[in-house]
Amino acid sequence: MIRVVLPPHLRNLAGVGSELRLEVEGSVTQRSVLDAIEAKYPMLKGTIRDQVTGRRRPFLRFFACAQDLSHESPDTALPDEVLQEKEPFLIIGAIAGG
Amino acid sequence: MSKVRVLVGTRKGAFILTSDGKREKWDVSGPHFAGWEIYHMKGSPADPDRLYVSQSTGWHGQMIQRSNDGGQTWEAVGNKFAYDGVPGTHQWYDGTPHPWEFKRVWHLEPSLTDADTVYAGIEDAAMFKSTDGGQSWNELSGLRKHGSGPAWQPGAGGMCLHTILIDPSDPQRMFIAISAAGAFRTDDGGETWKPINKGLRSQYIPDPNAEVGHCVHRIAMHRSRPNVLFMQKHWDVMRTDDAGENWQEVSGNLPTDFGFVIDVHAHEPETIYVVPIKSDSEHFPMDGQLRVYRSKSGGNEWESLTKGLPQKDCYVNVLRDAMAIDSMDSCGVYFGTTGGQVYGSADGGDTWAPIVRDLPAVLSVEVQTIA
Repeated sequence: MIRVVLPPHLRNLAGVGSELRLEVEGSVTQRSVLDAIEAKYPMLKGTIRDQVTGRRRPFLRFFACAQDLSHESPDTALPDEVLQEKEPFLIIGAIAGG
Repeated sequence: MSKVRVLVGTRKGAFILTSDGKREKWDVSGPHFAGWEIYHMKGSPADPDRLYVSQSTGWHGQMIQRSNDGGQTWEAVGNKFAYDGVPGTHQWYDGTPHPWEFKRVWHLEPSLTDADTVYAGIEDAAMFKSTDGGQSWNELSGLRKHGSGPAWQPGAGGMCLHTILIDPSDPQRMFIAISAAGAFRTDDGGETWKPINKGLRSQYIPDPNAEVGHCVHRIAMHRSRPNVLFMQKHWDVMRTDDAGENWQEVSGNLPTDFGFVIDVHAHEPETIYVVPIKSDSEHFPMDGQLRVYRSKSGGNEWESLTKGLPQKDCYVNVLRDAMAIDSMDSCGVYFGTTGGQVYGSADGGDTWAPIVRDLPAVLSVEVQTIA
């Protein structure tokens, strides 16, 4: 299982609490985690990555283990601590707006 | 007794205002989708409890929400708006080619006869259609590919397709408007399109009489007379009597002919409403006085309507999708402001009162008259 923290708007959309626990098939990467999120919560399709280009939405960042993983390849394996459920995979909204 | 349901989209959520036929006391529901921008919310004429909502944020992009019970519960439906084929380019602000990119849905127009059919006007300008209640969307790409698309340029608010009018007598005929390309018409359900901008004159483009490039802010139609359209352009109020083949200016005695909204009385096809805004650089009413102008002659002769509206220190704007008309016997007129007020008149504009005063900035107002 993988722990995932969503930003507030997406928690409301999906009707979930602050942290998800997800089963991820195969190697655990940004792509496979996002695939698992979208499979379980289809209403989140397009809200984290663009549905046409597959790119991360520009005002979102992916953090784990105090690192910014946003610019890593989506197929890079996530840190072991995430795989071991010691640390969550964080999807963070930029501080923006008014 | 009939009731009315006013659907209000704001910068920070959606609100639903309901009242009986008297339209004196109002119930306010919301915010729905708190914190999200609601560019537009509209009900199906075929099933008034079917509502469609365009919900977006800069963080999470576009959502489409649907209700089957008049807004008590919601369901997220399809939000994939993929241009047909290789999108190509349009002009950017500096005149250079710029790839077409989906940004948001500005307007949702449900079919007049089928609750599951709905059209979406998007930025960068294109029109999409869903026939499964918003679950999936396909571009009517004949519009973007009809020939002038590569020459379209965004207005200051983005290159948005913001108005969709369906001819009640012939649903194959539709009119749309794009900032800043102009007005277009299809006679075959969206397969093919033609620009209908002859007679528009825009000093802010190199050829003021060009076939495309005009910043049309809004078009309105009376359902009994679909070949007559009224237009609020960036500057100028216009009308056509031949389905857009030719336009004439009807600004007449308006104090300024800049503005965004325009609408038509429910029972009097020659009675139209605008809210004059000072200028393209000063988006607020003249002299701090919020005034609706009404013409009972289809334009040219206008009277100001002020009773119940602030006549001092008022510097709000009224955006292009933020006026609506109900079809009660005594016609109701509604508009929302960037200051968060929604004003209503139950007597065709003679007198006004705020329904709500302190919402987030209002982006859109629609009204349903429910038997």
